[in-house]
Amino acid sequence: MTRTRGSAVLLATMLAVSACGGSPAPDTGGQQSAKEFSVALTEPDHLTPGNTSSNYSITVLQALFDTLVVIDPKGQPQMRAAESVTSDDQKVWTIKIKPGQKFHNGEPVTAGSFADAWNAAAYGPNAWTNNYYFENVEGFDELNPEAPEGSDTAPKPKTDKLSGLKVVDDTTLQVTLSAPFSQFPITLAYTGFAPMPKAAFTDLAAYDVKPIGNGPFALDGEWVRNRQIKLKKFDGYAGPRPAKSAAVNFKIYESRDTAYVDLRASKVDLIQAIPPASAGEAKRLLGDRFVATPSGTMDYLGFPNFDKRFQNADLRKAISMAIDRQAIVDAVFNGTFKPMSSLVAPLVPGYRENACGETCVFDKAKAKALFDKAGGFSGTMNLYFSNADPSYEQWMTAVANQLKDNLGITDIQFRKIPAADYLSTLREHKQDGPYRNNWVMDYPSPQNYLETMWGEGNRMGWKNKEFNDLIDQANSAATMEASIPLYQKAEDIALSEMPMIPLWNWQDQGGYSDKISGVQIDAYSPNLDTITVK
Amino acid sequence: MRYALHRLLQAVPVFFVTTFLIYAMVFALPGDPILALAGDKPLPDEVLYTLRERYNLNDPLLVQYGLYMLHAVQGDLGQTFTGQPVSELLQGRWGVTAQLAVTAWIFELVVGIGLGVIAGLRRGGITDTAVLAGTTFVIAVPVFVIGYTAQIMLGLNLSLFPTAGVDEGWPVSYLLPGMVLGSFGLAYVARLTRTSLIENMRADYVRTARAKGLRRRRVIGRHALRNSLIPVVTFLGVDFGNLMAGAVVTEGIFNLPGIGQQVFQSIQLQEGPVVVGIVTVLVMIFILVNLLVDLLYGVLDPRIRRG
Repeated sequence: MTRTRGSAVLLATMLAVSACGGSPAPDTGGQQSAKEFSVALTEPDHLTPGNTSSNYSITVLQALFDTLVVIDPKGQPQMRAAESVTSDDQKVWTIKIKPGQKFHNGEPVTAGSFADAWNAAAYGPNAWTNNYYFENVEGFDELNPEAPEGSDTAPKPKTDKLSGLKVVDDTTLQVTLSAPFSQFPITLAYTGFAPMPKAAFTDLAAYDVKPIGNGPFALDGEWVRNRQIKLKKFDGYAGPRPAKSAAVNFKIYESRDTAYVDLRASKVDLIQAIPPASAGEAKRLLGDRFVATPSGTMDYLGFPNFDKRFQNADLRKAISMAIDRQAIVDAVFNGTFKPMSSLVAPLVPGYRENACGETCVFDKAKAKALFDKAGGFSGTMNLYFSNADPSYEQWMTAVANQLKDNLGITDIQFRKIPAADYLSTLREHKQDGPYRNNWVMDYPSPQNYLETMWGEGNRMGWKNKEFNDLIDQANSAATMEASIPLYQKAEDIALSEMPMIPLWNWQDQGGYSDKISGVQIDAYSPNLDTITVK
Repeated sequence: MRYALHRLLQAVPVFFVTTFLIYAMVFALPGDPILALAGDKPLPDEVLYTLRERYNLNDPLLVQYGLYMLHAVQGDLGQTFTGQPVSELLQGRWGVTAQLAVTAWIFELVVGIGLGVIAGLRRGGITDTAVLAGTTFVIAVPVFVIGYTAQIMLGLNLSLFPTAGVDEGWPVSYLLPGMVLGSFGLAYVARLTRTSLIENMRADYVRTARAKGLRRRRVIGRHALRNSLIPVVTFLGVDFGNLMAGAVVTEGIFNLPGIGQQVFQSIQLQEGPVVVGIVTVLVMIFILVNLLVDLLYGVLDPRIRRG
């Protein structure tokens, strides 16, 4: 039975693809296939909003779901499914939902649709990836009881509802947080906070392959694993961004290189990740159809502050000043990344171009002087990174050479760790030298960077009470504007102690075919709804 | 018949030892597969515990393997870390790899033997030299270089073949990847056929056949070539394993959603059940192919059958 259905889908796919594959095919698909475009994608892990944090899944979910809030290209929150998100004390939030919105199966979108989805994500035994996003909602601990000392198994929670979520009426949801959090509205833009219809909960496994959302596109048929995910325009959509095309076909690729070849062969219309090595060529070939988007992703060099050889702040600063970021960016990333002198990415509100001052500026003489003042470094310096991408080794080698030439540290070794082992190494504080730390932004708030990476229990083993206090103050500030100066003060402390060095900010490089127009990729969404097919 | 049965029975311990070794190897890979699921983000302890328990990752190796086999004989190969049943995952993929392997095999067989015969009969000539040089080149260059080059030259620039994917079905979508995958084996088949043919052409029985006044075609076809094919058939049998290994690279380059891609992904994600599930079937296929090869010897040379 399954097999028959599978081959029927495959057959349909083959027909659809051959119909839009160039030659003027007989008019079997009607106008539908003519107004369809394709997007290269890597196989997603899940399509349940609460259970995935992978970029690939999110690309699809952003077309399928309308979240309460979205972030505009300036990094400011804008209402989408919500009419308003307000609070007097930053602790109890009232979310008003726009009436008249529907799921793809016709079910109305209500406050309950959000509460159900969030409860499911926060419920420990479901083991969904986005579980920790609900950590600051009251009642989270009851849904995630801790394992008793010495045991690997946690007891089953007594409830499956967050006590902090209250459905007041169909269009009003009240959220009580465990502590004031001024950035709450921004976090709601994350797809992990999308609503789910009642129909989803009868069979969550089926929903994961065939999600029902409330966005401008609906799933068309099943997710054909490793091949494609087809979406079609949702005619019942009442929101602010109706789809301009009739359908999107996500074609799943194993390798970025192959996807890029297919873009050149006009077999796929949009790719969001051109391999860095092909970027120069792509720029030349695609012209205006080459898109570079600044991203929220940053690379850092962290120090094991729990290791006594790295406890001198001057030593850490000297290492920062000895690294010529621009030279590495030019050599390894074709000059596309941006050297950083700030802990947060440029697109985050509150970013200051030169927050770090001279400590992040390459200066061989000053670096050496500071290094000697700090007593130098003896023994072997181990540099840690994972083997997930060949470019990590390239830039780490460049860093090692600069430390050798500029500070005279001669004994440097590389510790290249299997990707699956890297994070547990850092988590367990097994690194005894500088290591690559990377952060992919969840939402554009300084809090997302500072608290997650420099806050309590951080990988560097760095402790600073003043920093933590400032973060708390900022989190409970009356408005987002008022929180920014406080986050900046906290950033200043982290920079003056330098437990982790900012290196560079990433850029995403995409491109599209001449078949489509209206491409508006930004750091927050590929905005597939704005694309029209010529 | 008894011979065939004997061979099949031999396969049983081979089967268990192989699957256990594979399971142990995946088990021994460094790193925590569950932690790696979340990328750079933290996973709450509760989620970690639940997932570890769900996949029996807290148990000792032998218990894990035992549980796996117990379920496997009941037809349940378990599920991936993203919750997809392994049997469903593999179902869709075998077809792709089988079509790719068959395409590559036919290519090796037809073109390889063809080139070998031509080269062997014109030993030292221009054709022979060309075949020798060409095959040396193919053997020396890694598959991914040949793959990407063929994709850009023949797929993109000349548009002779689709660049990637299986949208156009068999054989169109499989021709170029099949040729790339088969190129290495082809080079060997051509060289083996050539050498073997040259040797056999000098053998007594061929001279006798010629002396009897048989036509050249018949001498080569019925006598020399038939004997020359024995080492070639052995190679083609063994090569089936190579094809599977090469499929990992080829399927990656040409974006074919087959078994090779899956093995690669699953090893990276340390998904023991998936890797073992695939390898189990591969081991069975390998045993079967070798059995067929042994039986084919008998057809090519009746002396082997009697002995």
